[in-house]
Amino acid sequence: MLEIIRLSKVYPTGTVALQDVSFTVDTPQVVTIIGPSGAGKSTLIRCINRLVEPTSGKVMLDDIDVRSLNRRELCKVRRRMGMIFQEYNLVERLTVMENLLSGRLGYVGFWKTYRRKFPPADVVAAFKLLDRVGLSGYQDTRADALSGGERQRVGISRALMQQPDLLLVDEPTASLDPKTSRQIMRLLVELAHEHGTPALVNIHDVGLAQSFADRIIGLSEGRIVFDGTSQQVTAEVLTEIYGEEDWSTTIRKIEEDNDQDTQKGASKHKDRMTRETAA
Amino acid sequence: MTVRQNIEKYPEVWHRFSPRETLMRYVWYLGTVFVAVWSISKLDIPWFYFLDAHVQAKDLAVRMWPPDWDFANQLVKPLIETIHIATLGTFITILIAFPVAFLAARNTTFNALTWFVGRFILVASRSVNTIVWGLLFVAIFGPGPLAGIWAIAFRSIGFMGKLVAEAIEEIDKGTVEAIEATGASRLQVLWIGILPQVLPVIYGTTVYRWDINIRESSVLGFVGAGGIGILLYSSINQFMWQEVTVILIAVLGVVIASEFLSATVRQRIS
Amino acid sequence: MKLSTETQTGAELQWHRIKLIENPLIRNGLALLAVAYIFWSVGSLEIEWARVAHGLPRAVKMITRMIPPDFGRWQLLIRGMLESIQMALVASFLGMCLAVPLGICGAGNLVPKPVYLIARSIIILSRTFHEIVVAILFVKIFGFGPLAGILTLTLGSTSFISKMLAEDIENMTPGQIEAIRATGANFPKLLIYCISPQALPRYLGVSIYRLDANIRHSTVVGIVGAGGIGQVLAASFSRYDYDFSLAILLTIIALVFLGEFFSNWVRSQLR
Repeated sequence: MLEIIRLSKVYPTGTVALQDVSFTVDTPQVVTIIGPSGAGKSTLIRCINRLVEPTSGKVMLDDIDVRSLNRRELCKVRRRMGMIFQEYNLVERLTVMENLLSGRLGYVGFWKTYRRKFPPADVVAAFKLLDRVGLSGYQDTRADALSGGERQRVGISRALMQQPDLLLVDEPTASLDPKTSRQIMRLLVELAHEHGTPALVNIHDVGLAQSFADRIIGLSEGRIVFDGTSQQVTAEVLTEIYGEEDWSTTIRKIEEDNDQDTQKGASKHKDRMTRETAA
Repeated sequence: MTVRQNIEKYPEVWHRFSPRETLMRYVWYLGTVFVAVWSISKLDIPWFYFLDAHVQAKDLAVRMWPPDWDFANQLVKPLIETIHIATLGTFITILIAFPVAFLAARNTTFNALTWFVGRFILVASRSVNTIVWGLLFVAIFGPGPLAGIWAIAFRSIGFMGKLVAEAIEEIDKGTVEAIEATGASRLQVLWIGILPQVLPVIYGTTVYRWDINIRESSVLGFVGAGGIGILLYSSINQFMWQEVTVILIAVLGVVIASEFLSATVRQRIS
Repeated sequence: MKLSTETQTGAELQWHRIKLIENPLIRNGLALLAVAYIFWSVGSLEIEWARVAHGLPRAVKMITRMIPPDFGRWQLLIRGMLESIQMALVASFLGMCLAVPLGICGAGNLVPKPVYLIARSIIILSRTFHEIVVAILFVKIFGFGPLAGILTLTLGSTSFISKMLAEDIENMTPGQIEAIRATGANFPKLLIYCISPQALPRYLGVSIYRLDANIRHSTVVGIVGAGGIGQVLAASFSRYDYDFSLAILLTIIALVFLGEFFSNWVRSQLR
């Protein structure tokens, strides 16, 4: 599905952000990328849809070499990759519905975009998603009137409106309080599983990463230093990623959290699934 | 389950604007275009002037080139005079603009009448262009830089006064109350409570206005109010286009330099 | 409430004692320099003090000739004003239209560097010269009359509005643009869906402000023969018809007052 081959990025300032990064995502799984700030997490995500141009290496989405595309083709590939941001990045003065529908911009013509005339199927999908993320009735609210958690729900919905083959998620919870963070992560993971979409999630919070990830990639100074399941994350692994520190409390806390959360998450998830199948 | 299915039927259409809002929007578009077209049609513009415009422009360009560099020696003094006019005019402005702004701000004025007087001075000052002020002061003081200085000052009062009045209206009321509570007189309140709060705004707008005033004082000579404009006007009237080029280049240099200086100072202040 | 005000007093009073420039030596030095400058510049200006001495009586005489304002030639006045307003309207409209592409090209975060540099230098160059200078050049090229005036005002409006628009776009949070690009939207759609809703209210506000300014500027381009009320005003001055001049000035002030009212109203409607 997604294959990253020896990807490197050197910024014009000389900063080496990524060095020879290679990995493959071929099942609908949630992959979290952890690492200290400056490890190249954001650069990695942005190199995949070329918001940042990689210096060398390959990004393969199915059979498409993303780096070889021209502008027009790039737009077509970008609409297959939904992106979610730390700062939500909604268009502030537009309504919630317009922000959701912006996920369809890659598909709708210019004149229709201008008149905000989106196909009925898109409108239905948007209303359905609003309901699913718990924002039904908010369609005509302006984005700048929403709280952080609500904005991120809109951000997630916008990405899903693209019906993406891949979700690129950049620090989705870094600007949220701990409780909202968990809710948003849970929603994100549930939705990724419901739609069968693989997701690449940058996250600096090891606890959250372990709670929700199917797979964890550890990035340090632009290199992959760990690739495995959350159970495999040990104090040694964390030391390799982040450097020397007493990790015992972090790990224990994670395990407790993990228990509670998987139970809660699973029950909720089941709940949602029944609702979804009923609908 | 079936009930639920019915509820979960989602709407297929969604409108950003109601039909009325959409209609209003198009009315505005049409209205704007109509006003523009109506104005043009009323002005009876000789469109055929466009036909030979390129010939005229080329003619002008040819006459202006090459610049008459020897003329540059005579420019230094008038240029300095231009800068003096702008600077001294701005100095006078500060002295007058602050009291007027004090009258024109709702929270510091004495009563409705003084407020109106303050506002009227500000609007009157801004409505009359520097050049027109120049005409007036030349009639009073006779031709020369003094008329220019007053013209600059009178035009700038409105600009600075308005910005300072807005700043006064936005000041922290708590401080003023606190100082009033100490039993301070009105003048003391003004001096201790208000002036320090608006001082950065005064500095910022002064520097900003000074930079605009340089540009303005460069043409005040057209009505005889001193500065490089006098030379520019006489060169144009005598069709000495090569001299005009030199003057324009000199003005360009001074204006860009002053703009740069003012931008740097403003950045330092804020 | 009372308590909090009281506790504020001491702290706030002290806080306001902070000076813009901390170092007293530099601060007082600058003040001294300013005073020295005033003496130097006033000394160096060639002012005919004899003539100035007559200034006050002359001013009194002039004012007595101005009052009462003479609205007798109101037809001429109205015609000139209308021409000025029409020039201002056309120039504002053209400026609004031309400023959109120029402003977008002047936004460094949207366009490639060469386009940006070209657009910015156009903006800077067209702002450098006073409208009178521009008006003279246009009168030379397009002849006397409102056409030269319109073009002068259009140039000023375009550079002003586009400068504001470009700065506004550059100040947008980069995230929004990034997000819309990430959905696969091309450049036109990015403009229509992200840039335009964010920049529109301020753009309209600036345009309306410019209309206001154009009415003021249109009074002056006439002085060099580029049409409008300025031509009438300059003529009245040169014929010493000061009472008519005052009538014209009062009309201009009233119009600007009204224009300000109108532009405030429109801006309050825009939210």
